[in-house]
Amino acid sequence: MEPSLYTVKAVLILDNDGDRLYAKYYDDTYPTVKEQKAFEKNIFNKTHRTDSEIALLEGLTVVYKSNIDLFFYVIGSSHENELMLMAVLNCLFDSLSQMLRKNVERRALLENMEGLFLAVDEIVDGGVILESDPQQVVHRVALRGDDVPLTEQTVTQVLQSAKEQIKWSLLR
Amino acid sequence: NCICLQYNVPVAGSNPFQHLEKSAVLQEARIFNETPINPRRCLHILTKIIYLLNQGEHFGTTEATEAFFAMTRLFQSNDVSCHLLIKSVLTVSLLNSFMVFYSLTKDMTGKEDVYRGPAIRALCRITDTTMLQAIERYMKQAIVDKVPSVSSSALVSSLHMVKMSYDVVKRWVNEAQEAASSDNIMVQYHALGLLYHLRKNDRLAVTKMLNKFTKSGLKSPFAYCMLIRIASKLLDETEGGHDSPLFDFIESCLRNKNEMVVYEAASAIVHMPNCTARELAPAVSVLQLFCSSPKAALRYAAVRTLNKVAMKHPSAVTACNLDLENLITDSNRSIATLAITTLLKTGSESSVDRLMKQISSFVSEISDEFKVVVVQAISALCQKYPRKHSVMMNFLSNMLRDDGGFEYKRAIVDCIISIIEENPESKETGLAHLCEFIEDCEHTVLATKILHLLGKEGPRTPQPSKYIRFIFNRVVLESEAVRAAAVSALAKFGAQNDDLLPSVLVLMQRCMMDSDDEVRDRATFYMNVLQQKQKALNAAYIFNGLSVSIPGLEKSLHQYTLEPSEKPFDMKSVPLATTPITEPKTEIAPVATSKLPEKLARSRQDIYQEQLAAIPEFQSLGPLFKSSEPVQLTEAETEYVVRCVKHTFARHMVFQFDCTNTLNDQLLQKVVVQMEPSEAYEVIHYIPAPSLPYSQPGSCYSLVRLPDDDPTAVSCTFSCTMKYLVRDCDPNTGEPDDDGYDDEYVLEDLEVTVADHIQKILKPNFGAAWDEVGDEFEKEETFALASVRTLDEAVGNIISFLGMQPCERSDKVPENKNSHVLFLAGVFRGGHDVLVRARLALADGVTMQVTVRSSEETVVDVILASVG
Repeated sequence: MEPSLYTVKAVLILDNDGDRLYAKYYDDTYPTVKEQKAFEKNIFNKTHRTDSEIALLEGLTVVYKSNIDLFFYVIGSSHENELMLMAVLNCLFDSLSQMLRKNVERRALLENMEGLFLAVDEIVDGGVILESDPQQVVHRVALRGDDVPLTEQTVTQVLQSAKEQIKWSLLR
Repeated sequence: NCICLQYNVPVAGSNPFQHLEKSAVLQEARIFNETPINPRRCLHILTKIIYLLNQGEHFGTTEATEAFFAMTRLFQSNDVSCHLLIKSVLTVSLLNSFMVFYSLTKDMTGKEDVYRGPAIRALCRITDTTMLQAIERYMKQAIVDKVPSVSSSALVSSLHMVKMSYDVVKRWVNEAQEAASSDNIMVQYHALGLLYHLRKNDRLAVTKMLNKFTKSGLKSPFAYCMLIRIASKLLDETEGGHDSPLFDFIESCLRNKNEMVVYEAASAIVHMPNCTARELAPAVSVLQLFCSSPKAALRYAAVRTLNKVAMKHPSAVTACNLDLENLITDSNRSIATLAITTLLKTGSESSVDRLMKQISSFVSEISDEFKVVVVQAISALCQKYPRKHSVMMNFLSNMLRDDGGFEYKRAIVDCIISIIEENPESKETGLAHLCEFIEDCEHTVLATKILHLLGKEGPRTPQPSKYIRFIFNRVVLESEAVRAAAVSALAKFGAQNDDLLPSVLVLMQRCMMDSDDEVRDRATFYMNVLQQKQKALNAAYIFNGLSVSIPGLEKSLHQYTLEPSEKPFDMKSVPLATTPITEPKTEIAPVATSKLPEKLARSRQDIYQEQLAAIPEFQSLGPLFKSSEPVQLTEAETEYVVRCVKHTFARHMVFQFDCTNTLNDQLLQKVVVQMEPSEAYEVIHYIPAPSLPYSQPGSCYSLVRLPDDDPTAVSCTFSCTMKYLVRDCDPNTGEPDDDGYDDEYVLEDLEVTVADHIQKILKPNFGAAWDEVGDEFEKEETFALASVRTLDEAVGNIISFLGMQPCERSDKVPENKNSHVLFLAGVFRGGHDVLVRARLALADGVTMQVTVRSSEETVVDVILASVG
């Protein structure tokens, strides 16, 4: 295996019907939305009944965690160090847990989607693990607590995230 | 206005984004143009846009550009100075991106730290090579910035850009070096990753880097994992022995305090080729500890890696058997499956039944990938404990009845087929299970495969008639491809069993009225062949099909249609199919299944054929008959590395010399290999390699005419000398001197043997082929092989000496036998079938009685002469 920093193939969050709340794919294992949704469906069917943390699906290693009505997935190659993928999953979950003040459920998440977008961008960049410490992630997203006034910075951050994605959708 | 009305307040319990309409959101996005800006509202709309993108919503170019423009404006407002100056025309996207570029550059160098990391990442996403140079100075600063998030962002972005602008990023190597000694663990990791990517083609630099970091030590567990991967890759490439400091480093990581690093090190050691049991032991013992970890991921990782060890070194894992036993009831079924399959490899024969029972209790709960792992473990087990085949067969047939995808079913079918082939006594049960399976099989590929097997094996069972019903049912019920395969299988029953022939002919009659062309054609063809009732015809057209290369046939036919001719198409002008060399499967672990459709791979010989045909001197030689495996004519570590591939044609041979110049201060020109034959072979042409620069392989050729007058002269020794013009050159620039001098280099002798004149052909039914050739030119002789001690050795020697294909699995000598019959088939140069039956008897040495049959007398003589 070629040594590389590219570790994560995708980060997914599904609700308890298996519908996509968040999905980010970092390479072209599943190039079209149709293939992605099929993959998500397969993943959900294989994992939502058991609480067993790790599985091998379609030749990929999937680590996962569920909480109330949310399912978090981090996906990597089957040759990848499973514990690295776990580190990403734990960081994502713990960051969100702090941001949502332990209220990790669908409704709270939907009310803080911008925080989620920013957090994932701080944890994984283009498949490379950018940060694994939830404290750092929360600090950078700067969305702790409810009374923190929305600064223009937050706007800019979301804006950059949006712009980047628009740019890619343009290039597609 | 309406925008305000649309502003969505989340309703309790529902998804505020659920019914978002793309057009409505874009409509809302106009708010970006308002002054003063309302950040909270803008934020919400932006979130909606990202949400839509995330759901896979596609924005058209115009829509995206519009939103993009609006955002750009918003961006502008974000500057505290707040000039909303750009009111009018932001026409071209060039201007547009220039503006974004400008704003981002400002952010990236701004005071607010939280803000700079994302700005760098966003900027690098939209930057191209030309723009990159403009921000080079900022990037260099950012890489060594004392704020970790900024430095990490810059390093990771640089890594993304290596693909696009290697030359620019390469200049930042000093900054990356500095960042690597950062205290922050992520910065360290990212710097190491970037450094490796920039240097990976320079082995010396990688070695230096490894030395430095392994000595100084790192703080980041991620960086350690990366170092371990780099070290094991380097070990693999340099074939460094396990006494190398790199190996010591990896082993020392087994004592790291972070589990991630320990696991990475253990996994690296396990995956090293040629690891001895002693070297594996420390890795295995840490994995053993992990087996009892409370973390499922760690248990999974450990047992999966142990499973891999068990494939090559089952004994090394035996020590973990107790821990693995505890895992077979793990609530994570993947872990349980892996534990059981590992135990199946390491455990004793007596535990097989118990493990199989355990696994069948939850086989329906696991994913197809793991079911395949189970099947492969069973397959391996059958080879190890042939006596257990009835238990396995039962289990497999149950699995075959369960639901499952194609890969899974295919694994089961392959496994049953291999059991049938290994254990003749399991043949009938196996075939019965497969017959039942095709009664309800949705996979055409598997159905045709099984029908083919039935046709091959069924007629030779004691009760062939019972298979006819299953086969004929397919003709009635299935798709065209399956019906056609069924017709071919039926024909084989008719050809082999005289008492079945009348019924088969009746069934064929019915198939001739099929709605599909192919099925009708096959039925008509077989009908006519069978009615002749001639053994030779049956052998040639029913049992042993075409032995030509399919791409070769396609090409020859195409050629034939292009040049209309009176002569009928000659099958002998088509190159023969080379029997694929089936490599033993070592990788039994589940691997990513490729989604690409499998193409008919061109054989090595087809590629050679094409390369040689491109050389004018070789165009008149006719079709390529055989290409040998490459023969090394130099030692591995010499100045010039030369290997030779022998290409045999009907009356000529072409020797292809693949030469590599390993001296970086020399350029070789006009390279030829001069050949001196020991026999009446005549070298008629040399084709030089015009130029051979450092480390770029080139080929030169020699054309040799085979002696016409003495067809029995099949072996010859050539002494070879490489001759060339040397031009010294500057090792750094590769610039050669103007003058050169002639030089030569003596190579090892090259042997041409009888095997070079024979192409392997697999005859699925050797007996039929034997009768077909007939005994007109049969000759028989007895030899004593005094130096050979075992039958296995004798079989191996004969096969490699004659270069013929063993048939009917006769290359496998059953255990504890002191006599054996070996069947070999091949085609001699010129297109004459040749068959060899060698009866071997083991006494004090091996006695061999060789019987050779061929359609040509000289061929028989050649073979016998060369054996003696």
